Amino acid sequence: MKIRSLALAASLAAIGMTSAVTSTAAFAQAKEQFFPVLVYRTGAYAANGNPWANGYIDYLKLVNANGGVNGVKISFEECEFGYATDRGVECYERLKGKGATVFQPLSTGVTFALTDKAPVDKIPLVTAGYGRSESQDGSVFTWNFPLLGTYWVAADVAIQHIGKQAGGLDKLKGKKIALVYHDSPFGKEPIPMLQERAKMHGFELILLPVAHPGVEQKATWLQIRQNRPDNVLLWGWGVMNSTALKEAQATGFPREKMLGVWWAGAEPDVKDVAAGAKGYQALTLQHSAEPNSKVVKDMLEKVHAKGQGTGAKEEVGSVLYMRGLISSMVAVEGVRKAQERYGKGKVMTGEQVRWGLENLNLDQKTLDAMGFAGVMRPVQTSCLDHMGSSWVRVQTWDGSKWVPGTDWYQADDKLLRGMVLTASRKYAEEKKITPRTPEQCKQ
Amino acid sequence: MAFFLETLIGGLMAGMLYSLVALGFVLIYKASGVFNFAQGAMVLFAALAMARFSEWFNAALGGDSLLVANILAFIAAGGVMFVVAWVIERLALRNLVNQEGATLLMATLGITYVLEGVGQTIFGSEIYNIDVGMPKDPVMMFENVFEGGILINKEDFIAALVAACLVAALSIFFQKTSTGRALRAVADDHQAALSIGIPLNRIWVIVWCVAGVVALVAGIIWGSKLGVQFSLATVALRALPVVILGGLTSVPGAIIGGLIIGVGEKLSEVFLGPYVGGGIEIWFAYMLALVFLLFRPQGLFGEKIIDRV
Repeated sequence: MKIRSLALAASLAAIGMTSAVTSTAAFAQAKEQFFPVLVYRTGAYAANGNPWANGYIDYLKLVNANGGVNGVKISFEECEFGYATDRGVECYERLKGKGATVFQPLSTGVTFALTDKAPVDKIPLVTAGYGRSESQDGSVFTWNFPLLGTYWVAADVAIQHIGKQAGGLDKLKGKKIALVYHDSPFGKEPIPMLQERAKMHGFELILLPVAHPGVEQKATWLQIRQNRPDNVLLWGWGVMNSTALKEAQATGFPREKMLGVWWAGAEPDVKDVAAGAKGYQALTLQHSAEPNSKVVKDMLEKVHAKGQGTGAKEEVGSVLYMRGLISSMVAVEGVRKAQERYGKGKVMTGEQVRWGLENLNLDQKTLDAMGFAGVMRPVQTSCLDHMGSSWVRVQTWDGSKWVPGTDWYQADDKLLRGMVLTASRKYAEEKKITPRTPEQCKQ
Repeated sequence: MAFFLETLIGGLMAGMLYSLVALGFVLIYKASGVFNFAQGAMVLFAALAMARFSEWFNAALGGDSLLVANILAFIAAGGVMFVVAWVIERLALRNLVNQEGATLLMATLGITYVLEGVGQTIFGSEIYNIDVGMPKDPVMMFENVFEGGILINKEDFIAALVAACLVAALSIFFQKTSTGRALRAVADDHQAALSIGIPLNRIWVIVWCVAGVVALVAGIIWGSKLGVQFSLATVALRALPVVILGGLTSVPGAIIGGLIIGVGEKLSEVFLGPYVGGGIEIWFAYMLALVFLLFRPQGLFGEKIIDRV
């Protein structure tokens, strides 16, 4: 009896203490801006998902190390979804209840699934370098932010670059360009733009889908041998990219005639092919590997030197680490911008963050001061343009490292705008959405 | 014609590699009646062990004796696969003697997840390289016969040869050795095998060890081709139609099945794919296997099951 009473008393005491701790945590939580982090650290795409996630989280830690966003500290929670759309949606549902005010799906498939949910939950979706290309139109896709570039931008720039190498876009007439793509929403996204460009310049577009995860491509490369395209565009992710490069080597297709999207242009894609991938080119979402940038030096000094780094120190500054870091930065800047209007030092709501993301204005001076000199070019969004920038470079694998090119490209605005508006209006019609007018945007 | 032959040869060589993985399924099923769903995970686990040991040994030896590092890594990875086999027998199979086939299948499904998770926890989830000196560049043959010649992938060719040797060795092991016969006896009837003094537990450890070695060889070949990463585990899915087609109890069936599937999927993708949007080779392999099943439910070489009523 005595033991039972003691146990009961101990339990009550424990419950009491837990409540006290919980309320302290809840109080602390109220002072924090919560960032959900969708990651894939396991599964077929883990090698690529890990550096992105580490860069994303490290930047949040760096912001906290610098005092937070005007004093508001950032809290975050990872949710592992293994690049599976259903699990990604599950993560969203779980984390939105914890106070998410900005969400990065890290998958075009998940972005498609969440595009209808975000307006209901009033949570902006940031999809830096992926997602739906037509969501650039902020008048229809009011909660989607494909910041820095979409796959239509990438496809457009890819053709510009191939044209430039051929001596002009007019020289593409009669040529063959093959698209080797991941058979998923991500891989299919560039097709409309490439078809449009094929019509404009008279080249033949050969479409070659590769089934997930992309480890079996022998038949694909046999078809390339049969069709003998002049160039191959590689729209892959994860192991599909290194497999494609190995098959290109095994079938003797020149690597310098291959151009990858920015998700096919990181270290894990070429590392184990090494010299076999020499000459292979890939687009960059502005940045390449940036080990010498100021933001990386700050990261090493303020986060990693204190033993708070999320991943290995050697990975800091690599291509996908930088992609995660920049994705994190634009979301944080959305919060900072929102605070300018709704109150510095306050925790922002999803709607307020959306306003911040719609009014981002990261000019070169600001970016340089933040440590992004040489890494990024300015980003300026508006209520109608949710992308904010379409700057792209081309980097080349020299057998041991990525070497960024010096030329900067931009998507053909007239062509892009026309396609975006056609697709977004169609979406608005299907979903019975009335597009916002410029006047409504001012409110 | 040259292109057709090139596709055919490519398919045959890919098929030989599928056979290698299918062999793992056949071995365990033949010897224990267990459909080992964990074979793909074993390939991944073995390849991860080989890649990381090779890297570590190479670093320890000063970085200039890759051959020695690879030999040591092969021995160490073989040792790891022995431990895996022993642990599986001790913790899972020993408790499931004489249980329904479905129960054993579910147990191997669990083993799959454990091996995938533990493998990546111990060895990491990056892409690792196995460099066993396989040539990566192609060679052109029959240039005098066909215009432009026929392209042969040297790496695939060597891999197919290694697979063929391993298959031959295993066939001899099963047919000609007393341990091989004991394995087959256990597969036929656990209790009858026990009653004539065959030590069931030891036999199971042996068969899982052999399957582990097959997984290691498959892991080295596939890992050298694709890089060692999580997707290696999905290679097992490529071997499933092979065992459906060839029969679960036949080593020659695994080989013939592999060759048919390899050729079928490559020819279908190259010649049929463009008319239906491409990307058909994975499901086409299963469809091909199912069509065969309509006529021979036990597979091409599987044992016919006849029950007296």
